[in-house]
Amino acid sequence: MTDMAEITAAPAAAQAAARTDVIARRLARRHAAERRFRAIGIGAVVVSVAFLGTLLFNILSNGFGALLQTRILLDVAFDPAVMDIGERRDADSLAAADYGGLVKAAMAARFPEVASRGEKRELNALLSNGAGDALRRMVQDDPRIIGTTRPIWLIASSDLDMAVKGIMPRQAGAEGLRFSERQLAWIGKLEAEGALARQFNTRLFTAGDSREPELAGLLGAIVGSAFSLGITLLICFPIGVATAVYLEEFAPKNRWTDLIEVNINNLAAVPSVVFGLLGLAIFLNTFGLPRSAPLVGGLVLALISLPTIIIAGRAALKAVPPSIRQAAMGLGASKLQTVTDHVLPLAMPGMLTGTILGMAHALGETAPLLMIGMVAFIVDIPAGPLDPAAVLPVQVYLWSDSPERGFVEKTSAAIIVLLVFLSLMNLAAIWLRKKFERRW
Amino acid sequence: MNQYIPKGTAKVSARGLDVFYGDKQALHHIDLDIAAGEVTALIGPSGCGKSTFLRCINRMNDLVEGARVSGTLTLDGNDIHDRRLDVVQLRARVGMVFQKPNPFPKSIYENVAYGPRIHGLARDRAELDEIVMNSLEKAGLLAEVESRLSESGTSLSGGQQQRLCIARAIAVNPEVILMDEPCSALDPIATAKVEELIDELRDNYTIVIVTHSMQQAARVSQRTAFFHLGKLIEVGGTEEIFTNPCEPLTQGYITGRFG
Ligand SMILES: Nc1ncnc2c1ncn2[C@@H]1O[C@H](COP(=O)(O)OP(=O)(O)OP(=O)(O)O)[C@@H](O)[C@H]1O
Ligand SMILES: [Mg+2]
Repeated sequence: MTDMAEITAAPAAAQAAARTDVIARRLARRHAAERRFRAIGIGAVVVSVAFLGTLLFNILSNGFGALLQTRILLDVAFDPAVMDIGERRDADSLAAADYGGLVKAAMAARFPEVASRGEKRELNALLSNGAGDALRRMVQDDPRIIGTTRPIWLIASSDLDMAVKGIMPRQAGAEGLRFSERQLAWIGKLEAEGALARQFNTRLFTAGDSREPELAGLLGAIVGSAFSLGITLLICFPIGVATAVYLEEFAPKNRWTDLIEVNINNLAAVPSVVFGLLGLAIFLNTFGLPRSAPLVGGLVLALISLPTIIIAGRAALKAVPPSIRQAAMGLGASKLQTVTDHVLPLAMPGMLTGTILGMAHALGETAPLLMIGMVAFIVDIPAGPLDPAAVLPVQVYLWSDSPERGFVEKTSAAIIVLLVFLSLMNLAAIWLRKKFERRW
Repeated sequence: MNQYIPKGTAKVSARGLDVFYGDKQALHHIDLDIAAGEVTALIGPSGCGKSTFLRCINRMNDLVEGARVSGTLTLDGNDIHDRRLDVVQLRARVGMVFQKPNPFPKSIYENVAYGPRIHGLARDRAELDEIVMNSLEKAGLLAEVESRLSESGTSLSGGQQQRLCIARAIAVNPEVILMDEPCSALDPIATAKVEELIDELRDNYTIVIVTHSMQQAARVSQRTAFFHLGKLIEVGGTEEIFTNPCEPLTQGYITGRFG
């Protein structure tokens, strides 16, 4: 008996051992394959992070400089005679007063030894052409300062700003030097007396565009983008949600709806420039809407975002389990009640996420806006969606195209602002998704 | 084989009911009466058309793409496919409990209040409160959830969720309640509770229940209908079907020879 058991057991054990062996050998190969795959994955991540890191580092290191601005401290005497207003204090006179004269007078008082006209011109060239703007605002805020003398930090010229930031040379004899010997001496004197400093560049966020880099700001572009996106949202969200709901919940499934679905998916892949041309043909040429207006920009961006929003909306609706619909219908809810009371509230976070991402996409669009003429040089802050305006990405494009050295860091600063807005929108989308994660 | 019940006591009756999904026929010429105030169990192997028949009674098949129903199906003698009868009205009279508990991801209170609200059954908040409390009470859930009515319905256990779904169906005060394998996702204790509940509800409602458990059919139902491959093979008193079926197919199924 025992013999027989052993005889049958032995080959079985051998077989088992052989099988374990085979599996073990394969296992080694499998582990190796897994390790290879993981290494490739890590490599890919490292490469993409490196690219992103380089890009961000480049932009941040270039752009942070633009957050600071060189200014010169001068004692400004608000002399009504220099301002050329006499006894008048009405708004028009104050607006039209000669603030450039005040700046020149203050500069002359700071350097009384400068006498000749040529020297004076060189001296005044250290300040920005727009240095007087700050004085105008001060006077308009409080006319009582007329007749007094105040220490005021005035915006320096872009050349001086670049030199102070070390972007352009400032040693005598250096190549590309933009200053005369005299100017270098004055700069040295101002610096030694603590009258030359870098301060936070408020103009970047409070002013519109300008030909002078030290005066140019982003507010016009920010407001233009806000108006455009507002229009886009107003159009896209209701239409996108209604379309998604209709297609997903109400439309019969037939050849027509299939065709519509395919076309919506294709629209999402159409290059945005094409939408720009479409906008040019329809909104500008046919309807005669104004060029460069956020209204038209918003309409074109709406065309671009709509497919994305519809697709995201349908995905969100599809993710609502059918059991919820059955429960509502089984209770006698109508189709519309089922959708509005149950399906839509559950799909809304997903739809909002899709909408925000669509908006973020729209915020970064440039090419289609160039098509509808949103590349004009516009100084004024738009007051409404029909005023000519720039938008952030177009501002980046415009500044990057400017020859002045000072616009280089401005371009990077504008990109930073754009990226901040984009990140905020993406964060909002992530937050929404996290907050309303599947609740069933 | 078809035991028609005495005239006038049938709550629901099907005559020559055919159902097609596209080209595929799922039910063949079903003649079946469901008596008022009784529990009728539908049994049969998987895919034989039990759920399909159940869904015909409250016209949930309307929602299925490509489904087509012919023949007549009456509720209290009125054709449910009559154009004058709105499907919303029908579903208010014929409630349904699904295989998987499917509470709305809303508060327990809202779950039960939804039906009465859309049908305008309560004139004010107090009346609505009363309906909700009554329904939860009848579903044997009130004691367990009384203190947490504002919590989400999905936070309950599976068995509690299923009883919440029953409470939700009862709240509309239907005449017929359809249950499609209501206990298949529940453990034995929760199942026992639901079965007990079905027994109590029998006095006020006509109940049709689909089940795969012979024991359950035997425990809760008074009449049993056996389906096979889309055909109604046999229907009769539950006791009779389980002890002395006429058809060899029925015999084979309940003794577990196929299924
Ligand atoms: N939506 C549908 N589309 C197409 N065919 C369907 C659909 N629903 C059911 N069927 C078919 O109809 C037949 C009956 O299905 P039904 O769901 O009624 O069976 P059942 O008896 O409830 O089965 P089970 O016990 O497994 O739930 C099956 O052959 C099934 O494949
Ligand atoms: Mg079924």
